[in-house]
Amino acid sequence: MGATAIRRHRLATRLWHWLNAVAVIVLIGSGLGISNAHPRLYWGRYGANFDHAWAQLPRFPAWLTIPANYNLAISRRWHLFFALVLAFSLLGYMVVSLINRHFQRDLRLRRRDLAPAHIAADVRAHLDLRFHDPEAPGEYNVLQKLSYVAVIFVLLPLVILTGLALSPGMDAAWPWLLDLFGGRQSARSLHFLAMAGLALFTVVHLTLVILAGVGNELRSMITGWWRVPE
Amino acid sequence: MMWRRRQLLARGAVGGSALLLGACDRVIQQPEVRTILFKGEDIHRGLQRALFDRDALAPEFRPDQMSPRFRTNGTRDPGTDAYAALRAGRFADWRLTVDGLVARPLALSLSDLGAFPQRAQITRHDCVEGWSAIGKWQGPRLADVLRAAGLSDRARYVVFTCADSYGGAPYYDSIDLVDAFHPQTILAWAMNDRFLDVGHGAPLRLRVERQLGYKQAKYLMRITAVESLAGVGKGRGGYWEDNVDYDWWAGI
Repeated sequence: MGATAIRRHRLATRLWHWLNAVAVIVLIGSGLGISNAHPRLYWGRYGANFDHAWAQLPRFPAWLTIPANYNLAISRRWHLFFALVLAFSLLGYMVVSLINRHFQRDLRLRRRDLAPAHIAADVRAHLDLRFHDPEAPGEYNVLQKLSYVAVIFVLLPLVILTGLALSPGMDAAWPWLLDLFGGRQSARSLHFLAMAGLALFTVVHLTLVILAGVGNELRSMITGWWRVPE
Repeated sequence: MMWRRRQLLARGAVGGSALLLGACDRVIQQPEVRTILFKGEDIHRGLQRALFDRDALAPEFRPDQMSPRFRTNGTRDPGTDAYAALRAGRFADWRLTVDGLVARPLALSLSDLGAFPQRAQITRHDCVEGWSAIGKWQGPRLADVLRAAGLSDRARYVVFTCADSYGGAPYYDSIDLVDAFHPQTILAWAMNDRFLDVGHGAPLRLRVERQLGYKQAKYLMRITAVESLAGVGKGRGGYWEDNVDYDWWAGI
């Protein structure tokens, strides 16, 4: 050790990260359990057994679902409770991150970030397992920014809004949700695809945390302190 | 050495998630955890009722947007002798009992129900399993029937008892007065411009359009106004709610 440590993550970011992590895992597990009840996906306003399904999903195995043994009612209890955790913690995090300027400071994509040469250089750096710019080690690299922006501003809002569109009560309250997604069964398909995107992000994220050094990365997300790699 | 550690950590991350999934099955055995988790239903209902118009209408569709084929679900035929006899008589002897906390208990025939002002609506039926079908329903508003019976001020819920049996007793379910008096809540005797068929609940089914399919009780025999759900079944208001932990309020 002996190297310099910096305060990497604010309390609000750390708190949201862990709430969100637990919510996403519980929601994916219980969601896969719900999927097993009718593992067919459709486009449009309606969709049932006699209608054309664009995807026939596999039966998700017990080790992936909550609860392990098929129980639609209990999967729904987990799912609908943690949906509240996911949505309201994201809302709180977004409000705080606008106020404390975390979004503007750390996640804003600048023109030079997006220059093809810069992105290509960052891809090469990732392949060499170099994740931090020695000039500015506290800053996120561009691939990191792009993936965090995609999760926070695209995938999570999409999974929440498509989830709301599945509620018959919300469809009466906010009929524009159905217009936005092209019907309830399209919303259900998009809900599944957004989940798949979040699952993919989670796998890549965990892999990169391991490659970057679990101890240091984990500590920074728990205590906030991150040791600058030499 | 380093790689072995990383492999171990990778396995740890996957194992950690599996552990969390497994932990969910263990913690839900705790009554306290169950109580908190099951509060989700009340929170969703409370938020939707507090933030949005309680009389907001479920989306209605054009005839060309209807499902070409509307699948059946749950009981396809009550199969009892009593039901078979009613069916053989084309439901001429069937009566809908309206009782409980009402000033004037009623016994309504299909033609009595046809004499009420009618509402027809093309709406989406959403099964709790995830599928949806769009169909047309017609019948009197439940609100008008309850008013005709002189609903008491003490009534808070409406309980439906059906001709089909589950677990040896008639199927039952209930809704509160917000949904009972909603303009789209009807007692449907027609579907897609024909008399309701047996698979879809002949001669009469409930349509409560802002809730999931299992609340759309079929084969209606009796409507009872009550003050509390404590005396209904095991106290949670419906067959699925009492026996399989489904939400009583199925607006989500």
